[in-house]
Amino acid sequence: MSYYLLLIPLFPLLGFLINGLLLGKLNKKIVSIVACGAVGLSFLWGLKLFFNLLALPADSRIIEEIAFTWIPSGEFNVNVGFLFDPLSAVMVLVVSGVGFLIHLYSIGYMHDDSGYGRYFTYLNLFIFSMLTLVLANNYLLMFVGWEGVGLCSYLLIGFWFEKQTAADAGKKAFIVNRIGDFGFLLGLFIIFWSTGSLNFITVFDKAPQVFAMGAGLITAATLLLFLGATGKSAQIPLYVWLPDAMEGPTPVSALIHAATMVTAGVYMIARSHVLFLMAPTTLMVVAIVGVATALFAATIALTQNDIKRVLAYSTISQLGYMFVACGVAAFSAGIFHLMTHAFFKALLFLGAGSVIHSLSGQQDMRFMGGLKRHMPTTFWTFLVATLAIAGIPGLSGFFSKDEILWKSFSSDYGSIWIWAIGLFTAMLTAFYMFRLLFLTFYGGERMDHHAKEHLHESPKIMTVPLTILGVLAIVGGYIGIPHILGGGNNFEKFLEPVMGNVQHGGEEAMVMASSGQNGGTELMLMGISVVLILASIYLAYVLYVKNIALAGKIRQSLSGLHKILYGKYYVDELYGAVIIRPLIGLSLFLWKIVDVILIDGLLNGLATIIGDISKIMRPVQSGLLRRYTTVFLLGVVLILGYFVFR
Amino acid sequence: MSEYLAVLVFLGVGIGMVLFTFFLARLIRPAHPYKAKNQSYESAEKPIGDAWVQFNNRFYIFALMFVVFDVEAVFLFPWAVAFGQLGLYALIEMVIFIAVLLFGLLYAWKKGVLKWV
Amino acid sequence: MDLKLATIDLGLIAPEIIIAAVAMLILLLGNVVRRRTILAYFGLFGLVAALLTALPRWGNPASGFYGMVQADNFAIFFKIIFIIAAGLTILMARRYLISHEIESPEFYALLLFSAVGMMVMAATSDLVVIFLGLEIMSVPLYVMAAFARHDVSSNEAGIKYFIMGAFASGILIYGIALVYGATGTTDLRRILADWGFFEMHSQLFLYSGAILVLIGFGFKVAAVPFHMWVPDVYQGAPTPVTAFFSVAPKAAGFAALLRIFTYGFADMSQLWAILWILAVLTMTVGNILAIFQDNIKRMLAYSSIAHAGYILVALTAGGDGAVSSAAYYLLAYTFFNLGAFAVITLIDTRNSSTAQIDEMQGLSGRHPFLAAVLALFMFALAGFPPTAGFMGKFYIFSEAIKNGYIGLAIIGVMNSFVSVYYYLRVVVVSFFARPNKEFEAVSYTPAIFIVLVITAAGTLILGILPGYWLSLARAGIFQFL
Repeated sequence: MSYYLLLIPLFPLLGFLINGLLLGKLNKKIVSIVACGAVGLSFLWGLKLFFNLLALPADSRIIEEIAFTWIPSGEFNVNVGFLFDPLSAVMVLVVSGVGFLIHLYSIGYMHDDSGYGRYFTYLNLFIFSMLTLVLANNYLLMFVGWEGVGLCSYLLIGFWFEKQTAADAGKKAFIVNRIGDFGFLLGLFIIFWSTGSLNFITVFDKAPQVFAMGAGLITAATLLLFLGATGKSAQIPLYVWLPDAMEGPTPVSALIHAATMVTAGVYMIARSHVLFLMAPTTLMVVAIVGVATALFAATIALTQNDIKRVLAYSTISQLGYMFVACGVAAFSAGIFHLMTHAFFKALLFLGAGSVIHSLSGQQDMRFMGGLKRHMPTTFWTFLVATLAIAGIPGLSGFFSKDEILWKSFSSDYGSIWIWAIGLFTAMLTAFYMFRLLFLTFYGGERMDHHAKEHLHESPKIMTVPLTILGVLAIVGGYIGIPHILGGGNNFEKFLEPVMGNVQHGGEEAMVMASSGQNGGTELMLMGISVVLILASIYLAYVLYVKNIALAGKIRQSLSGLHKILYGKYYVDELYGAVIIRPLIGLSLFLWKIVDVILIDGLLNGLATIIGDISKIMRPVQSGLLRRYTTVFLLGVVLILGYFVFR
Repeated sequence: MSEYLAVLVFLGVGIGMVLFTFFLARLIRPAHPYKAKNQSYESAEKPIGDAWVQFNNRFYIFALMFVVFDVEAVFLFPWAVAFGQLGLYALIEMVIFIAVLLFGLLYAWKKGVLKWV
Repeated sequence: MDLKLATIDLGLIAPEIIIAAVAMLILLLGNVVRRRTILAYFGLFGLVAALLTALPRWGNPASGFYGMVQADNFAIFFKIIFIIAAGLTILMARRYLISHEIESPEFYALLLFSAVGMMVMAATSDLVVIFLGLEIMSVPLYVMAAFARHDVSSNEAGIKYFIMGAFASGILIYGIALVYGATGTTDLRRILADWGFFEMHSQLFLYSGAILVLIGFGFKVAAVPFHMWVPDVYQGAPTPVTAFFSVAPKAAGFAALLRIFTYGFADMSQLWAILWILAVLTMTVGNILAIFQDNIKRMLAYSSIAHAGYILVALTAGGDGAVSSAAYYLLAYTFFNLGAFAVITLIDTRNSSTAQIDEMQGLSGRHPFLAAVLALFMFALAGFPPTAGFMGKFYIFSEAIKNGYIGLAIIGVMNSFVSVYYYLRVVVVSFFARPNKEFEAVSYTPAIFIVLVITAAGTLILGILPGYWLSLARAGIFQFL
């Protein structure tokens, strides 16, 4: 039976071709119908195949289809083939589903843009590449998709290329990603060299025979793959491009730089988990880099004023969580968080986009506030997403985040330190997200008069996707309720045929949970994290809502008591001196020194060195024929000399 | 490498002989240069100016044309000698060869190479 | 091996005969026919006819002319490359030549003569015949480089190419002489057959000869340090000529190199060390010097040096797989490099143009299609999927790894990362740079539009569906005579 997997990426490709070839010839309506329709069809087809998959027995839920032979060359055969198993099914649905909603949203958001057709062309190309990436049955095709999404990301970050910053940001993203790709490619070389194949199934079958557990070769290969992942998924040390990537249109930030493309690294590691499990050193590196990134990005997010930048750093931080999950060998948990994150982060970005849209492009939160009244739908959905990302029980983020925290505590690969830092990061996350929420939607309206008049709720075409995503951000977690809370953890079970029974899988955990040994610990940890998160939300509330009210009163009645009670400023200062100053210092240090000087400096330095070499070599090319012949003759003499006297 | 030693010796002797004869000639010849004697030889014509002059580059084209037909003649002689054994096939081949050269001549002619302007 | 396949079968060299005859007719008719378009199309017709006579021989390798001619798949594969390159050059050249007032029938004739030389080079296993082909190829090229007679830099290009070329030919023929001295034959098949004997008795002669042969062809394919002529010649020569230079003679040189060094001298130990150094030098120097070029022709000149380096990697790796990867790469390179030059030719048609990279400012606004295909070609040159450039590089580097040259592959990959910078610069300038002034429009002709479509299609098809073409390239190698 043929499942026609090819159709899934084919629809967006067709959309891309139609819109791309007829660029400027179609009117906006047709462009949007083609683009959205293409992605919608992909989603529907993916959904149908998903149900087909469910109908199969759990052990045989792997569909591999070869579309055609791509590179035949003796022992080295690469097919354009697709693999549809629970893991890629989840990814396909997330990519095409969220992608579809964001396409819809874009119709409203980009309505007045002169590059409307170009935008949708790129967007379809992106969906095509991303679907190729997640559906590929071999590393090479995956790499093609990997490069494709990188290209689209570059094009879309620099979408408003008239803006110097946008063009620069595009370049930065591209260059940083190439460093990661370089690692990825080298990793592929090693894998191919050792196993003689790049097909996932073959490689994973052969891996136990050709690699020794924890040997240098497999460690090197997985570390190189991980380097690729840090580039695409914006982890230390290659995360620098993502904050700048916010120069692109906001729906792009939502789709590419939050929900889908940046998770490609997580997907790649989950896909290669067989290899990673054979390299404990790499897993440790992954976990440490992940948790460090999570903390690091969260501290930076505390200090930013640009609404999209806060979300960008938050994305980096959440991606760090996913890597933590991979690092502690809880791959299902990582993918679970990937999925819920796709829902709520896309929602956050789209909400932010809606706000920016309404404020005619204003992104600075210091000039927002009080939008709750003007944009109710945006507010409520945004609130849902914020609660979800903060990890409030009952919403999707809670389940996935808690799963990761629990696994980082309980797994053989985890440690209490990873758990502790993860928990602390969760508090920071709750704090800065609520700071963002309060600054944007509560308090006084700080925008200028002109902007205030234009405040409006966004059109239906934008709010409907928001609402759908809001629902998903709530219920998305219910498929993965842990046993301890009486759920079946269906998500992990669904992924089990792919991920295998890495550690305390379904049945075993159920027994443990019911016996109440580990169960007690799990519940307790869950409780701790909920309490701490609520506390930090309250703190944010005190500082960014209550204070403002206080300050207002004081301004009205007394000017004398300003020293102590002068509005948020003073509490901000106090708070800053006690808690945030060190953190700001740290984050400033990390941002200004590590980020700007060390990492950027390193990259620029490399470019300068190559440039200098080029300058030194140029005078040889003087245009003088006699010098050319001299060099020629010198070459002859050297080569002959080498041969004669070797 | 010993077989090359002989070559080396020959080389040395050869160069030595030349140097020696030059030296000998210098020793025994009379030396009375005068102006007419130092003039370059121009087939008994009175030379005009120096031998180091710029030649008209049309000579170059003529020389090329000459070389073409010179080479043709070089090929024609052995062909003619062996023609008896080669037969018709060789005749056709030579006709083609000459035809190609004729094409060249025709082209040069039309281009005005043969005219001295 | 039967060397007495002595039959004189004109069918074996039919493509060469056809093209040569057409070229001569063009020379003659040039004085009679007033409409030069007819001559250009007549040249194209000759190429197509040659292609049609060459193709049926695929799969039926034959040897003739007392072993002087090999009409095997390898030869046919390269003949196809030469015919494509020559045909596309004719199509793109006419407009440029007219606008620069240098059009004359001789151009097409020279181009065809040169193609004949290349075909001779590819279709023989005899060193002397290879040399003969090389000269038939080179002499017209010298003239073509100087074709813009009233342009000083074009004259300079011609003279420089001529002198350096003569120098290289001297070295090559000296190498052949040494090989002949060592082996008593110039037939590669005989050399291969008795290799062990020759190596034992006259290793120094044989190796020195082989090295000089390598250097002689190294000049033609622009390997560092024999590359010095390339930038000046590429920049000075008329742009369509440069386009032709950058692909066809390079492919011919590599055809000869592959034939000689992976076949005749395949057992030569230690050769890989030399090739390794040459490959690394060629890739690195080409890429690094390309970075700071402001003239796009010059930049592409260095880029073509770098690409020669990538193919040298395949030559270093050796073996059937590597040879077919090189053949595939050359085919792919023919498409995307000619395509890039077609765009530049079109832009260069404007008399104000000097082919600076800055001139591309505003291209995307004025000519979106042109900018898009230019970007495609640049991506292909840089080696991005899904273009042919990616597959070519991938194939070459994976062959290198398979044969144990991991260091070389890493250097190659790093080099191609460096190259991304300067290729993307062109894309960035043409898409993102704010133009200082309005981009002066160019006008397409149907011919150049066809060139762009063919090259773009070739670049994409070879990249997306490389399977068929790779199997062609492989078939070409396995039936090496």
